[in-house]
Amino acid sequence: MNSLSLKLALRFVFARKRAMSMSLLGIVFGIAFFVVTQAQTSGFEVFFIRTILGTNGSIRVSDRFQDLDGTVSKVSKDGSARFIFRSRENARYVEGIEYPQIVRQALEDFPQVSGISEILEGTAVLDSGSRKHVVQVHGLRIKDHLMVSDLENQVIHGSVERLASDRSGVLVGSRIAERLRLEPGDRVTLIGGTENEQLRVSGIFETGVSQIDKNRLYLDLSTLRSFLGKPFGGSVFQVSVKDPDAVAGIAAQMQETIGHRVVGWQEREKVWLEVFKALRVSSAITVSSILLLSGLGMFNVFAIMVIEKSRDVAILRSMGFTPRDVSAVFLWQGGIVLFAGILLGSALGFLTTYGISRIPLRIRGIFSTDSFVVNWDLSHYLWAALISTLFVGVASWIPARRAARIEPAKIIRETL
Amino acid sequence: MSTPSQAGSDPLLLVEGLKHSFTEAGERVRALRGVSFEARGGQVTAISGPSGCGKSTLLYLLGLLDRPEAGEIFLGGRPMAQADDDSRTALRNESIGFVFQFHFLIKELTARENVALPLRKAGSGEEKALEQADRLLGQLGLGEKTERFANKLSGGEQQRVAIARALANSPSLLLADEPTGNLDSENSEKVFQLLLRFAREREIAVLLVTHNPDLAERCDQCLPMRDGLIALDLES
Repeated sequence: MNSLSLKLALRFVFARKRAMSMSLLGIVFGIAFFVVTQAQTSGFEVFFIRTILGTNGSIRVSDRFQDLDGTVSKVSKDGSARFIFRSRENARYVEGIEYPQIVRQALEDFPQVSGISEILEGTAVLDSGSRKHVVQVHGLRIKDHLMVSDLENQVIHGSVERLASDRSGVLVGSRIAERLRLEPGDRVTLIGGTENEQLRVSGIFETGVSQIDKNRLYLDLSTLRSFLGKPFGGSVFQVSVKDPDAVAGIAAQMQETIGHRVVGWQEREKVWLEVFKALRVSSAITVSSILLLSGLGMFNVFAIMVIEKSRDVAILRSMGFTPRDVSAVFLWQGGIVLFAGILLGSALGFLTTYGISRIPLRIRGIFSTDSFVVNWDLSHYLWAALISTLFVGVASWIPARRAARIEPAKIIRETL
Repeated sequence: MSTPSQAGSDPLLLVEGLKHSFTEAGERVRALRGVSFEARGGQVTAISGPSGCGKSTLLYLLGLLDRPEAGEIFLGGRPMAQADDDSRTALRNESIGFVFQFHFLIKELTARENVALPLRKAGSGEEKALEQADRLLGQLGLGEKTERFANKLSGGEQQRVAIARALANSPSLLLADEPTGNLDSENSEKVFQLLLRFAREREIAVLLVTHNPDLAERCDQCLPMRDGLIALDLES
């Protein structure tokens, strides 16, 4: 019976090309816009996350704290321990990591950890000879840091090897290099520590995050310790894990174990992540209204069609079609338009997304990019299909139900 | 009036005390006030009478498109008036054929597809149903026009397609509501002859609603109606 209803539906759809084309266009554009806007907003979000993970790592272990009353630890019945940290409000922090070796050993015991880098942070002024710039200095062991960051790929001039082999080497953020007109090999002076430090530019890096590119320097940990006069402690750990999405649980567990402040990237970047989420949801709601309008248009087309086709429905009923068969004819029509709409809309969305990703766009804000950043994600297409299915489903179900309730004798009597 | 071959056998259709009313433009219309009659296979029965006397209403009740308020319809001995919807729907497909004044073909389908519809609904495969439709249309002189869309056929041709569609599932009861009312005299005669032929050949009980007294005269049985009753009952 289904194939017969489908055949009738196909004929009815193709007999109303203009009305059906308009409904179809609404769905096609609705789906395409949905896919494109989601690809853009989530594209920037994914770009931001990737950059931030590649630069600041998944987890940051910093100050030791003395928890006064915020922690609750729980042991389940089977004996496996589960740690829950409820509050940091009453914790008292002691700046930096006092015993890095012990903390490092404890962190290495976590099977999820894939890299640990000790970092000493400080503030100084970078003097190129002609210009000066206030900078945040990160002292690190480059070999360790490459395990927890994407620094190797972020170097756009020079190389990280030069920093590894030269204890006076420094990696300079691209915006600092632009401002001070620096190139690899240039000599610079770091001012503000116990004494000035003469350094040589090993390379220039660009993370894409402006705040980092215009403020940060990387140099050897021992060089910075000497510059800041901090031979021990005061450092932080940047930790990478195998599954960055599972960071929240791991961070809580680490914090409970090592007694230091441990912050996962999701918590650290919460503000930006919420901004991106709000943008994504807002654009989805806005674009869904196109699908809603096309659903309303389709409802209108089907409602009129039920009136126009009431005589045919009566005839079908006289031939032995059940109300269910009749409603199937109308539901199939919605299904045909929906199926074509999803296919064409997805194709249009894909092509437009590709086209947009090729548009040159220079952004220098919270992050830097020279083209539109898009995210290719199947879930965008599935969500678009789901929302349009919902609207088209309702738009065809109501008229289909009405068609099924047509009383054939009444219609034939009125037609004659 | 010619005599049907099975005039002496059990009636295929037995109608007893059928009553029905409906609301039209806010007013209650008592369309049927107790109609009783019988019809046999191979017999053509004319139902005639002025407009509004209840002819078409009677036909829709017999075609199980509506339910009577009172009375019973026996089709092949089975009471159908209060049967459940599924049984009535199945019976409409298997045993009853309809021909309407304005043919009521589905214009988005070709002639053969229109005829194949009840066959497909009965469970035939598409190819088989279309072959059978072609055969029927051939018998009705439309062998060359099977692929034409319904609205590309003349009025007489459309009515013949409608007859073919009504006959597709070899029904035992054919209900024709003024099938010649919209045709010229030549086409009217053709359609009438076809109904007569199929009634005889296939032992179908044909009920023909008509305004045409000449046509009614030529049927095996004539039931004149007036004010929701068979006129003969009214007189008696």
